[in-house]
Amino acid sequence: MKILVCVKQVPDTTAKLVTKADGSGIEERGFKWVMNPYDEFAVEEALQIKKENAAANITVVTLGPKARVVDTLRTALAMGCDEAALIDAPAEADSYLTANALSKFIEKEGGYDLILTGKQAIDASQSCVTQMLAENQGLAHANIVSKLDLGAEKSIVERDLSGGAKEVSEIPAKSVVGANKGLNTPRYASLPGIMKAKKKPVNEVSLSDLGLSDSDSKTKLSAYRMPAERPPIKFLDGEAAAQTSELVKLLREEAKVI
Amino acid sequence: MSKILVFCESANGNIKSSSLELITAAKASGHEVVTCLLGSEATSLAPSSGNYGATSSVVCSDASLDAYNSDAYFNALEAIIEKVAPTIVLASGSAPARDVFPKLAAKFDSGVAADCTSIEFNGDNVKLSKPLYSGKCIADVDFQNSKIQFVLMRPNQLPVGEADTSATATVEEVALPAKDLRVLIKEIVQGASKRVDLTEANIIVSGGRGLKEASNFKLLEELADVIGASVGASRAVVDAGWVDHSMQVGQTGKTVAPSLYIACGISGAIQHLAGMSSSKVIVAINTDKEAPIFQKATYGIVGDALEVLPVLTEEFKKIL
Repeated sequence: MKILVCVKQVPDTTAKLVTKADGSGIEERGFKWVMNPYDEFAVEEALQIKKENAAANITVVTLGPKARVVDTLRTALAMGCDEAALIDAPAEADSYLTANALSKFIEKEGGYDLILTGKQAIDASQSCVTQMLAENQGLAHANIVSKLDLGAEKSIVERDLSGGAKEVSEIPAKSVVGANKGLNTPRYASLPGIMKAKKKPVNEVSLSDLGLSDSDSKTKLSAYRMPAERPPIKFLDGEAAAQTSELVKLLREEAKVI
Repeated sequence: MSKILVFCESANGNIKSSSLELITAAKASGHEVVTCLLGSEATSLAPSSGNYGATSSVVCSDASLDAYNSDAYFNALEAIIEKVAPTIVLASGSAPARDVFPKLAAKFDSGVAADCTSIEFNGDNVKLSKPLYSGKCIADVDFQNSKIQFVLMRPNQLPVGEADTSATATVEEVALPAKDLRVLIKEIVQGASKRVDLTEANIIVSGGRGLKEASNFKLLEELADVIGASVGASRAVVDAGWVDHSMQVGQTGKTVAPSLYIACGISGAIQHLAGMSSSKVIVAINTDKEAPIFQKATYGIVGDALEVLPVLTEEFKKIL
């Protein structure tokens, strides 16, 4: 059984980000690059499937500038993935180009029995690659998945819907599944895992190897800027009774939101 | 003139205001606006999309579309898009829309701009802006060489136009394509909360560590009942198991933009602030005057949320 896990490298959630003066992107310093948190659940799920199916082989793939994204592959290998592939592409690659490159990579590798992703990357929060990849591959998908029972032909998945509701559905075992928080508890890489990961191979692929180019994105981001400053805060003084009655008055008369 | 297809969703027997926002914006562009609706209410609701500027509507009123199934929605919308042949497709970022439209974009060899907060039309092209990193910064989005421009807008971002009840949209029905479904929905388990999802809520009351223990979330629930709010939480209390992950606000939870966000006992970790700081008005209640949440707040109360909340709830009861 061949499992593919698609991961993305993103700035750590604690990062304070600053945009470049020319608006061309963010300043890539002063924070740590990490594996997208939702992708950690996808990696962990693959590892748990492998625990039950010793013959399973897990490939982790990422797309991005190779100098930095290779670290995220090493993290996945240290967690226990067997092989890694790096599609070298500019950071500007959009959902369309990413899904197409992943799809061409999958074809080149002869297909996978299960494809796992995170439900969305926390950078642009597009939440598109899972579904686009599924369509490119002619597969069904289930995104925002908090439980996966993998069967031989069919799997049962639980998806998180709006307002805390859950949908239980049956999908073909060979599908694209997007992981949500709650699917499992991702492990930390162990020290022996980290040592071993250094020796595991990373298969490097360029966009041109896949018949694609940098300019194949369908959307382009520009004019990066910081959000508008919020007006200064108004503190409400006195005891709770005075504070709350003043607050309610302001919400109704000044802010007009109640 | 190109055609803009607006995907409309309904709730409680009406077209959702998040869909009306999009019809209003599309109408203002001067392009021809066509709406589409799915499910058994589609035929009866479609004409009213004309009140906001749609000239026609294409519906698939098959009752099997009353509940979301990714395959069935895909098949119906694929047929509608082929029929309408739009240059731009607009949908509000509801869970079904965010699930199905990327797949349709791949089908039509096109790009998607999702989670957008503003929209401008420039001839046949659309230009969006969207928050990145849950709002830590903002950027513009342009399409390039995209056959169709698929846009998913965040709800509650745009004004809804005045309804002109004399204008109605003509309605055309398409049949649901008879294709096998690979996805079979077995069960929907309703969540404990009957409230509006955080991403669509107009008012949110949210709690963090300062509430001391899980059972104190009932204070938030009581306040939420009075002011018609949804209830959110910080990552810390979700990770502590106090409340379900569906309630988490922040970069690894839900990004929210209500008119009013009341943060109770939340200190304001960067990833939480990223998820809520585009709220119109923010109230923070926290014991620590130096807490980062106060840097984003409109109004601040330095105090113990456990003491302030019941008084605040009573205060709202007086006027609501």
